[in-house]
Amino acid sequence: MTVPVTVNGAATDLAAGATVADLVAARSGGHDRVAVARNGDVVPRSSWPSTSLQPGDVVEVLAPTAGG
Amino acid sequence: MVKDPLAPHRSQARGGPLQGGLQEAGDPLTIAGETFPSRLLLGTGGVPSLEVLDRAVRASGTALVTVALRRVEASTNGAMLEVLDRCGVRLLPNTAGCRTAREAVLTARLAREAFGTDWVKLEVIGDEHTLLPDAVELLDAAEQLVAEGFTVLAYTTDDPVLGRRLADTGCAAVMPLGSPIGSGLGIRNPHSIALLREAVDVPVVLDAGIGTASDAALAMELGCDAVLLASAVTRARDPERMALAMRQAVEAGRLARTAGRIPRRWHAEASTPMAGLPEL
Repeated sequence: MTVPVTVNGAATDLAAGATVADLVAARSGGHDRVAVARNGDVVPRSSWPSTSLQPGDVVEVLAPTAGG
Repeated sequence: MVKDPLAPHRSQARGGPLQGGLQEAGDPLTIAGETFPSRLLLGTGGVPSLEVLDRAVRASGTALVTVALRRVEASTNGAMLEVLDRCGVRLLPNTAGCRTAREAVLTARLAREAFGTDWVKLEVIGDEHTLLPDAVELLDAAEQLVAEGFTVLAYTTDDPVLGRRLADTGCAAVMPLGSPIGSGLGIRNPHSIALLREAVDVPVVLDAGIGTASDAALAMELGCDAVLLASAVTRARDPERMALAMRQAVEAGRLARTAGRIPRRWHAEASTPMAGLPEL
């Protein structure tokens, strides 16, 4: 049983019940200054463990980079 | 404005000679009640390596450095933040790449999550070739972000009227472009920059278009409170050397501005007195 979602523009299947915290742990390489948007809204860090991803969710996992 | 702009440069002795180094001397930049020892803000875009970034940041003397947010796979670089943390600079997240108020507001909220700061360099681009700001979306985003408690430093055109509207909205600083981002064309309309400086009470930061040191000095001579630049340093052949040049240019321009330049004249005015001129 998997949950089809889009993460950073790419379709992917996550394990059922996967949370934003799980996704961040898998994607961020232990980075602490990360932010997550889900379906166009910010997911506050405090809500990551309690936010389960739903089928069709569009998620952006963002990290700092060089920029003007 | 400091009461006696020269005071910080005097030696301990009363009436002593002036000394170089604004940063050591204490002529700080104040934005939203916070002071920064340097009037040079540095962007990190275009930096060729972390070692170069480290050296350039240190040479520039900057205390405020802009960074962006991007998808984690494409650009994750925890090492960059480690370098900047070691340099002791404060991070200023930007909304680079945003084209609508909605995108910019969401990006600012995400940056607040990632960086733990409500300061944001607001950038809303309206044209892909010139990267000029979209005035309508910019003002809309600024209003929303100020209402949400953000400290907004708004990247804008050199239009004094738009600058005033942004300041009236509650932006903490107005950051007009000298010319398009990354163009290195310098300040194309110095008159507009000077008018904008007169039009607002908040700090004015010349942002974008700086190509070389004289451009940064001119910005300060026109009355800008600070200069923000990235490409001019990061894409220079020797970024560390250019960073030092920019630091000194900003300091020289600031000193010249506060020194009060002589008026421009159509004809010469002799500096040597005519009295006592011998008949030969």
